[in-house]
Amino acid sequence: MMSTETENPPEDSTEDSTEVESPPPVAKKPAAPVVIPAFEKSISDKIVEKFGDKVEVGFVKEDRVRINVGRENVHDVAEFIRDGLNYDHVESVSGVDYPQDNEIEVVYHIGSYDDSSLARQILVLATRAQRETNPIPGNDATRLPTLRDVFYSVEFHEREVFEMFGVFFEGHPDNRRLLLPEDWADLPPLRKDFTIKGR
Amino acid sequence: MGGLTSTSKGLYNKGKIGMTFKLPPGLALQKVDERIMTLNVGPQHPGSGHMRLIVQIDGDYIVACDPDPGYVHRGEEKMAEYRNYILNIPHLERPVIHDSCNVLYPYVLGSEEILGIEVPERAKYVRVIASELNRCIYIMYWLAIYGIFLGHSTMFMWPAGDRELLIDLMEKMTGARVTHAHFVPGGVRNDLPPNFEDVCLRQVNYFEKRIKEYAAIFYDNPILIARTRDTGILSRQDAIRYGTTGSVLRASGVDYDLRVKEPYDVYEELDVHTNVMKEGDSYARSKIPWLDMLESCNIIRQALQKMPKSGSVRTKLKPNPKGKGLDSVYKRVESGRGSLGCYIVSDGKVEPYRVKLSVPSFRNLIALPNLLRGEKLGNMPSVYWSLNYWPVEADR
Amino acid sequence: MLKDLVTPENANVFVGKLGDILEKAIGKPLGYAINWGRIWSLWPVHIETACCSVEFGAASSPRYDVERFGIIEAFGSLRQCDLVVVQGTITRKMAPRLRLVYDQMPEPKYVIAMGACAITGGLYFDSYNVLPGIDGIIPVDVYVPGCPPRPETLIQGCMLLQEKIKRMKARKFV
Repeated sequence: MMSTETENPPEDSTEDSTEVESPPPVAKKPAAPVVIPAFEKSISDKIVEKFGDKVEVGFVKEDRVRINVGRENVHDVAEFIRDGLNYDHVESVSGVDYPQDNEIEVVYHIGSYDDSSLARQILVLATRAQRETNPIPGNDATRLPTLRDVFYSVEFHEREVFEMFGVFFEGHPDNRRLLLPEDWADLPPLRKDFTIKGR
Repeated sequence: MGGLTSTSKGLYNKGKIGMTFKLPPGLALQKVDERIMTLNVGPQHPGSGHMRLIVQIDGDYIVACDPDPGYVHRGEEKMAEYRNYILNIPHLERPVIHDSCNVLYPYVLGSEEILGIEVPERAKYVRVIASELNRCIYIMYWLAIYGIFLGHSTMFMWPAGDRELLIDLMEKMTGARVTHAHFVPGGVRNDLPPNFEDVCLRQVNYFEKRIKEYAAIFYDNPILIARTRDTGILSRQDAIRYGTTGSVLRASGVDYDLRVKEPYDVYEELDVHTNVMKEGDSYARSKIPWLDMLESCNIIRQALQKMPKSGSVRTKLKPNPKGKGLDSVYKRVESGRGSLGCYIVSDGKVEPYRVKLSVPSFRNLIALPNLLRGEKLGNMPSVYWSLNYWPVEADR
Repeated sequence: MLKDLVTPENANVFVGKLGDILEKAIGKPLGYAINWGRIWSLWPVHIETACCSVEFGAASSPRYDVERFGIIEAFGSLRQCDLVVVQGTITRKMAPRLRLVYDQMPEPKYVIAMGACAITGGLYFDSYNVLPGIDGIIPVDVYVPGCPPRPETLIQGCMLLQEKIKRMKARKFV
């Protein structure tokens, strides 16, 4: 399962090689040529062909394709992924907080049940929302368009991201609290500036 | 729930008393209809487990159901950001302690990829055996509780007793009854005890003979069939649209099992058969896990046969292993409940930057309000538990 | 003669004295009998709070069969229960519900804290949503350590509770 070391495109591998070689198991890796899997490349090519420079390919690994897209295009890209590429459900919606970029990333892992050629594939659709220093969940600029009308299965996942990161999904029919206590009045707990006790 | 509702007309009417402030997004006021009764099921209820279902009923029929999970939300994803890759193991297996090998599996696979560790061949087979044994242990517990939910006490006693056979095996293998913490990045914690293969084969053969008897008492039982057939039907399109997984998905006729579709470790060398039923009702959802157990027995026998007889089971790790810079992996395995994914983001430090468990219980929960609408209240426990739902896992 | 002694003014005093005498005479054996009845009917509330409920369920399985002691019988209504087995982690969302369940139960009632999380918070000592032990919200009689405790440990904890009840003072009954 270790053949997934292909996240670096060939032109980048030369400059990164100095720091990559420090752990011993990687010593035999530079001999192997970097292979970008063909099928996964064709998926990312289709998206790039349709949307041009609005999307950015994060990586193309074995079975995993990552697409970074701005918040204004995420709805269109998701619709194309569903209608044009036959992906049909979202497995997971995760938020990742990046305080140094002043952004919160929301990552959709999209898979397909119907199309057997896509059964191994996970398409990672990442978008970023503006991060507020003093968040007021629901009433500040940390907003993203919801994908619930495209993929029904994101409903509870987006509710979870809203309460854990304060990312308000515009157009989501049910933005209530899900997991946290009813009287939670602190920061959204998975943001990096929320520290747990004793740490 | 009762605090927000009121039968007096106009109390929440904006025009009359001028309640013009905007409610925060977490709160909503409810309109009350005299005909509809709101019923709280749980968290102290024999038929709910650690969650609450707010059910609205009209006579005997459910018109709306609002699941309220979160009673066991322990913040494991936040805690994982403060511990290194090894220290995360014990608390990340706690969501499903009776399926602890499987719930840890994607995390271990992901951290192996981030840390760049190879796994010895024998360790992969030990993992498959432990994971399949654990799947049987999980399903037996689930079946026992399903028996309780349906008022079938024999079906509690039989699986709860037979489950101990496999727990004995796991105890021999790992040293603990339910919380094994056996998988570590780089292999498994320790080798199999001497003579384990023979004992395992004997126990598994007996176990298989034993669970075949369940068909006569449970699955062919006319009372069970009358209570579960044609209740909570989930069509194939809806199962895909809701993104359900595992036995719920396979009971609706979708042939999808990650052990076949995206084989991890040594599953591609083993012959795995996927059980699919077309009905999509509670009966099918309760039968698929039982068929999975029979399949697991086959897999364990194959793995015992093909396993290298000796060799290392663990690659030594340096203390405080680190990732290689900004990196993210998403690994998934087929657990006892369905596809379980783990998304790890690393920034090159000793702690992961973010760990997200995408758990099957949480994914199946979205089907519950849609399945219960229009169903009789008496069918609620059978539909709810047939979703293979474990509240502790959904809350994380 | 007794009729002369008892007047409407001192009747209450006499009845009270009679009660004291009765309690002295049969209080101890009756208290023993009441406690004896209590220790064989420890029925728990059906409230699962976290993952220790797996081992709680296993304690009722044929191998451990805790019901042979007459205790821990799976039971429905909390109005007829007198034992709370807190099966693991209590989160901030669950804590008011646990207290509500405890308050609704009739006296006498006993509490077993099962598992490390219920005792001190256990593995989740630094989590933002977990109480550091349940003894801040309800009084605990017996602590059963383990993560999760084996069914044998739970049975031993219940037998300790039985010993404790045997030595408790039964409530004043006269």
